[in-house]
Amino acid sequence: MSYTKPQFNEKYGNFINGKFVDPIGGEYFENKSPIDNSLIAKYPRSKKEDVQLAVDAANAAKDAWGNTSAAERAAMLNKVADIIEANLEEFALVETCDNGKAIRETINADVPLSIDHWRYFASVIRAEEGSATELDQNTLSMNIKEPLGVVAQIIPWNFPLLMLSWKMPPALAAGNCVILKPAEQTPSSATLLMEKIADVFPPGVVNIIHGFGPEAGKPLASNSGVDKVAFTGETTTGQLIMQYASKNLNPVTMELGGKSPNIFFNSVMDEDDAFLDKAIEGAVLFAFNQGEVCTCPSRLLVQEDIYDAFMEKVIARTKAIVQTNPYDSSCMMGAQASNDQFEKILSYINIGKEEGAKVLTGGNACKLDGDLANGYYIEPTILEGHNKMRVFQEEIFGPVLAVTKFKDEADAIAIANDTLYGLGAGVWTRDAHQLYQIPRAIKAGRVWVNCYHAYPAHAPFGGYKKSGFGRETHLMMMNHYRQNKNMLISYDKNKLGFF
Amino acid sequence: MKFERIAITEEAAKIVEKLKAEHGELIFHQSGGCCDGSAPMIFEKEDMYLDDSDIHLGELCGVNYYMNEEQFEYWKHTHLTVDITEGRGSSFSLEIPLGLRFIIHSRLLSEEENSALNK
Repeated sequence: MSYTKPQFNEKYGNFINGKFVDPIGGEYFENKSPIDNSLIAKYPRSKKEDVQLAVDAANAAKDAWGNTSAAERAAMLNKVADIIEANLEEFALVETCDNGKAIRETINADVPLSIDHWRYFASVIRAEEGSATELDQNTLSMNIKEPLGVVAQIIPWNFPLLMLSWKMPPALAAGNCVILKPAEQTPSSATLLMEKIADVFPPGVVNIIHGFGPEAGKPLASNSGVDKVAFTGETTTGQLIMQYASKNLNPVTMELGGKSPNIFFNSVMDEDDAFLDKAIEGAVLFAFNQGEVCTCPSRLLVQEDIYDAFMEKVIARTKAIVQTNPYDSSCMMGAQASNDQFEKILSYINIGKEEGAKVLTGGNACKLDGDLANGYYIEPTILEGHNKMRVFQEEIFGPVLAVTKFKDEADAIAIANDTLYGLGAGVWTRDAHQLYQIPRAIKAGRVWVNCYHAYPAHAPFGGYKKSGFGRETHLMMMNHYRQNKNMLISYDKNKLGFF
Repeated sequence: MKFERIAITEEAAKIVEKLKAEHGELIFHQSGGCCDGSAPMIFEKEDMYLDDSDIHLGELCGVNYYMNEEQFEYWKHTHLTVDITEGRGSSFSLEIPLGLRFIIHSRLLSEEENSALNK
């Protein structure tokens, strides 16, 4: 089945205080599709003044919103989920157009997962309770969870609707008002969502600001009217946002990427069965979403005694990846999100070669025909080398797999942990002891065991080391969006006796 | 002979000069991590807090270039050339509103360069 590029308006506004508004300065930027470099629409080039409008609207709305019942908030979150579900294909098409990813991924992963995250947070707030402890016969300590107030969220372009759906629902469920800035490369699905849900929340509760990082992102992250900043991106911007937050003494959460090891022990090849088939797919998941995933399993570690046989299968499966029009259901890997990403990836493949890595497959840009010739396609690439090479240490954010061998468990753990990051990891084995001990030894926030790239709403996700801190996609995230009010109540009629 | 760890293309240098005229004194910082990471970013000099953990790689068009020391450990055997390309990043780097992005081209340091720079 093949789809075509969806229709867009000529230009869109920011969504502030329950309605779409033009940017105050009247400036817009052009957003193009990485599929064929064609124009999508113009979006606001917001500045400090636009950000302030959103911050003011959110602050005006926060007291009333913070006092709504969990039942009311849950009903609204569920309504958003229903609206996205009723328009699933439309959201999927817009996402594919804006980001370049294959339509089979947006239809089967991005949009359904987004829907589920709204439902998950709608449900958990209905079951959640505070706590009360009788400290002694006459003293009660009572903990009530209160919202922070106004939360700023800055999200990346690799999963635009899904990253929005990881960040917004827990903040709203916790009773906060939100100002979200989508990445300037991918403003479309957030805008479509606001069009569809414009009337669901009271004005000011949900706000979307478009624009460039230095002009709109910075004034949002440093605004004293904001009570918390949540960011997904890279380390330098992460450091800057923490600096700005320190001026306001605001809490932050950071998800800053990784260089995730995917480790295959020799027992995976003990049988030629469905599990081996699953394991091979698990190694090839580096190509999922064109490799533009913070947890991309971009370092493949294979035990030396199965290395040749295992890699033969991985290379064959990688070569079978179909690269064609991302709107076509047969497309397995779409376009890289932008020209600069495209250039960066090719530059990394180059330094990999210079450092002596051997190209096992791919290694070039992928030339597609017709309008697609203007898009940004790269062949899924496997580079064989060692863990000190830069292609093993830096997040390329493209379909580039760096593979190396290991001798034994200790060697696998040493290589896996020899990285600045600690976001994800994969461990594949049929050995019951390794199934537990290896994941425990890896310094990463999420270790997939005999699976990879699963992101259910009920499992916490977040990093160790330079990958950041905070845990998303789980009830745990709610506590990053609220305060604890402790009421210490005395039922004793007698005075202390000091004065 | 003096060796350098970093260089800049003519096109990129023009953009640095343009940004200097607009924003005043600047610094480059090499980012790591996901999305727009693994790219050089340019900021107003006072914007980013730097300390001993930031290695000074050199100066391009009068702009000091820094990288975190832990990242530097994995990069120090390579020479970096800052270039500019069309694109759109979502970081706070100052060239982004121009519809441009700084990118890095790398090559291995020669033996001679390596022994002079990484003593």
